[in-house]
Formats: sequence, structure tokens, C-alpha cells
Amino acid sequence: MTELTLQVVLTVAAALVGTGLFGALSQQSIVMVMMGLELVVNGVILAAGAAWAYLTPQLPGAQVLVLVATVVMAVEMAMGFSVALAIYRARQVDTVDAAEDLAG
Amino acid sequence: MTELLVLAVLGAAAVCTGVLVFVVDSMARATFSLLASFLATGVALLLMDLAYLGLLTILMMTIEMAIMAVFMIMLMMNPAGLMPMTMVHNTRGSVVVGVVAFVVLTVGVWTVDWPDRPGPRPADATAQVGEAIMGDYMLVMIVVGVVLLATMVAGIALATHRGRYDRFGPDLDRDPDDPVRGGLPR
Amino acid sequence: MPETVWTSPWAGPVVVAVALLLGLVLAVMDALARRAPAGGRRADVLVAPVRDGARMLLERRGTTIAPDRLLSTVAVLAVPVLALMSAAVLPFGGRSVVSTSADLVWFNAAEALLWAAVWLLGWGPNAVHPLVGAYRFLAQGLAYELPLMFAIITVGVGAGSLRATDVVAAQAGGAWFLWTMPAAFVVFLIGAAAFAFWGPFGAPAGTDVAGGVLAETSGVDRLLVQVGRATFLGVAAATAAAWFLGGEDGPGLPGPVWYALKTLAVMALLVGMGRRWPVVRPERFADVAWVVLLPATVVQSAVVAVLVLGGFYR
Repeated sequence: MTELTLQVVLTVAAALVGTGLFGALSQQSIVMVMMGLELVVNGVILAAGAAWAYLTPQLPGAQVLVLVATVVMAVEMAMGFSVALAIYRARQVDTVDAAEDLAG
Repeated sequence: MTELLVLAVLGAAAVCTGVLVFVVDSMARATFSLLASFLATGVALLLMDLAYLGLLTILMMTIEMAIMAVFMIMLMMNPAGLMPMTMVHNTRGSVVVGVVAFVVLTVGVWTVDWPDRPGPRPADATAQVGEAIMGDYMLVMIVVGVVLLATMVAGIALATHRGRYDRFGPDLDRDPDDPVRGGLPR
Repeated sequence: MPETVWTSPWAGPVVVAVALLLGLVLAVMDALARRAPAGGRRADVLVAPVRDGARMLLERRGTTIAPDRLLSTVAVLAVPVLALMSAAVLPFGGRSVVSTSADLVWFNAAEALLWAAVWLLGWGPNAVHPLVGAYRFLAQGLAYELPLMFAIITVGVGAGSLRATDVVAAQAGGAWFLWTMPAAFVVFLIGAAAFAFWGPFGAPAGTDVAGGVLAETSGVDRLLVQVGRATFLGVAAATAAAWFLGGEDGPGLPGPVWYALKTLAVMALLVGMGRRWPVVRPERFADVAWVVLLPATVVQSAVVAVLVLGGFYR
């Protein structure tokens, strides 16, 4: 039963990652791209939590991974918002398509 | 069995609200739909005896999404979704990438031979993670601390458009010229 | 001790009744602290909260053009529900309805969800004044949240646990946390007033923006929000009594009496001080919160950490 629960939760996490990837790649608005990335990290958090509960509850590693994922999300938000503000201030750009010259 | 059912329902809720983020027109609804997805994940963590991490996820994501809503309203055309419009590119490619990622991960999840008998959960998962980051995993905590500090500095440097010379004049001897005065006599 | 839920069928109703009672007591004290209306009698003021509540219950709900009904409904229900959630970790006689290894974070999360609820309350009606109030609440949130978190974590550091019942147990025998954590106590009460946007922190629902987030909320909706705010503040007072004043701890009198007396004292302090201050504008409060309160709470938690290492709380 533990294995089945683990597999179900990990499938949900995979669905969150897939949805998030779709959103991050298909959206034009910078803020919506960030929301897609958040959804990916949401899947990571769920998967790491499930790994702790159903694989290694005696070890803290998976819990620390959740903490790191949370920090990744905070950093992503903070930097994303400041970049969005900076580029909007510099040239009124609010979509990724309008900032294509920043690519490579 | 009950745990599996409840987690499945929460998982379905997390995925459905996650999909809704990219379906609804109103930016407020999109933001709070993402929040609902995070709340479902947080409650799932709570049910897996990860009280601290579940509550932390709920706490942090709520505040983050409230801030996100401000930026959504500020930077998006058509924030309330009263005028339907699409702002997407390369939908087909994105769907392919998303579906492929999901399929690959799911096939892995259902074919890996997961180890059995994980052993009992500790009495206090919060103490476990607390002792870990102040002990064996302290390097993680140190790196995270530095990363967060760097983020704060970089975030402010990018976001602000006024430095101290704008506030205090070229010789830094003026009274501060602020559009909004603070509450302290400075 | 693992995570537990008090499964007695009475647990839910009891905690709801206690939380609502706390809210009612706070509302009555608040009404008393405000000046009686010209020509009105003191007794009128006493029943004012109940009378206002009954009026809101009977009143017909107003509507605006193109409101976001779904989000409004979520917001209106969330405020009282979150207040009751925060009461679930109130310790009574060594147990709480929900007891997790992170009760302090539970309270904090319930209060943080108000950010979403109040913003939605302002967004929902599709009107200017509520939205202005909603943005004010977020600005105020950015100011009060971090000092409040440091105040809460100071309690956890002192008790060596994030479980509410452990926090009360750690203060047995008069070793109340108030003696060593006065700054955290004050910041906790400031935070409580700020998240309930009450008294000096009432700018999100200020009269200068025609009632702010509450401007277009009427009838039962308004009643739910107001009950939620009063309950949140009442529960926060009881929480302060448990976390900083030792809960049931005290000589002579039975524990519950001490608990009730301390809660009333905290409410009296909150209402008495709160009603003496003018409304603080969020941008001014943000300055004070980040330059004064935040360093004060950081120093406070550092002092408590040193005391813990010195074995002071054992």
C-alpha cells in the first residue's frame, strides 16, 4: 500500500511538473512564465515530501530538499519580479517575446 | 487506504487548479488558482506528517501569491479578464514538452522497483529537519543563507530606480527627497 | 509526541464556541473603549456589537457591477474560517484540538492566509475603494509580517518546541515568557491588531477610503467578515496569554480562571492602548516596522537564544 501511495503521489507531482513546463513555455507574459515555473517547483516539493514519507522517513535528506525547493521558489520570485520591473522600467516590456534580443 | 484516497483527491485538486492557472482569463483567478494548488500540496504534506514543511509551504505561498497578484495586475493587460484574449506562443510545442515530461516521469514512477518497508516515521519530523540543518546539513543552510542575501541585494539593485544620490543630493547632505515619507524622522 | 487531532465529538463545537466567545468579548470591550455616541447610554454601547450583528444579518446585500462573485465568496468565508483555524491550536489544559509539531507555524499560516482573503475581499466587488483598501492591507502586511514571525519564533526558541502545549508547559511555575520576551510580546500584539486591521492599523478599512475593503461588503457577508476579524483578535489575545503569560499557570486560583483572567487582561491592554492611537498610515508603519520593530525582534530572539544556551529556561 505504501508503494501504491508513493506512486500515486509521484504521478501527481509529475503532472504538476508537466503542467508547469507547458505554462512556462507557452505563456508570453513574464509573470505568467514565473507562475509556470512555480508549478514545476510545486511538483518537486510534493515529490520530495512523498519520498520522505514513503521511502526514507528515518533520514532528513528529503525534508531538507523541500526546504531548498522552497528557497528556490523564493529566489525565483524575488529575482523574477525585480527583472520584470527593471525591464519594464527600461523599455516598457512585459512579455518575453518583446525581450528576445536578450537570448544568447 | 484512507490516506491514499485523501492524497489522491488532494493531488487531483492540485493538478486541476494548476491547469486552471493557464485557462482562466482573470489574472486574479489565475493567481489564486495557483495558490489553491499550493494549498493542496501543503495539506498533502501535513497528512504525510510533515507538519512544519506543509505549514511553511502554505504560509510562504500565500504571501508570495498575494504579492504575485499585485504584479499580475500591474504588468498584465486585461487583469480582470473582462475582455477575453490569449497571450500564448508555440502552444503545440509547449504541450508536447509538457506531455513528454509527464509521460517520462510517470513511466519511471510506475516501473522503478521502489524499496519496501520504509520503517516508522519519527515522532517529531520538525525536530528531525531542525537538527539536520543545524547539524549534518548545515552546509546547505549556509549556502541558502548566502543565496538569499545575494537575492535581496540583487533584487533591490534591479528593482529600485533611485539610489542615495537621488535621495540626499550629489553631496549626500540634503534632506531626503522621497515621494512617500516614512514614519521616522529621518 | 506525533501529530494528533483531538477526536472527541465535542472538540470542534467547543473550540468554535470558545473562539466566537473570545471574539464577542473583544468586540464588547472595543465598543466600551470607544466613546458613547452623543445622547446614548453606556448600556447601548454594551449591546452595540450584538445589535449591529443582528442588523447586518437582516440587511439586504448590496451588489456592484460585474463583481467577481466566486472570489468574493471565498474571501468572505475565509476570514471567519481562518479565525477558527487559528483557535484550533489554542492550548487548553495540556491539549489542543489540533496538536502538531509546528503549532506556532500553524497560527502564523492561518494569519498569513488573511493576506489572500483580505486582498480578495477588496478585489471581489470590482470597485475602487475596496481595491485601495486591499492594497493598503498588503502594504501593511509587508510591514507587520516579518517582526511578527520573529516574535513567534522567539517563543519557539524559548520553549525549545513549536508545539503550543509545550510552550505552556515550559512556562510552569511563574517562568512566564513575558519576563524575558517583552519586545516579542509587544510586537505580537501589534501584529495581531495589524492582521485584524483593527484600531490604529485600520487603514485598509479606513474612513478616508469610504470603508476600504469593507466599503462594498454588506449584509451577511459583512457580518461574517466582522465576526472573523473580532474572533481573530480575540483568539490572538488568548494566544498571547498562553504563549507569553503561561496560560493556566498561576498560584491559588484554578487554571482556567487564570487563563481567562490573563486573556481579559491582554484584551484590556490591546483595546486600551489601541483606541488611544490615531490610525497609522501603512507607509509610515512600514518604515517603523522595518527600522525599529524588526531589529528589536531580531535582538530579542538572539537574547533568548543566548539564555537558552545558558540553561535559563530549564
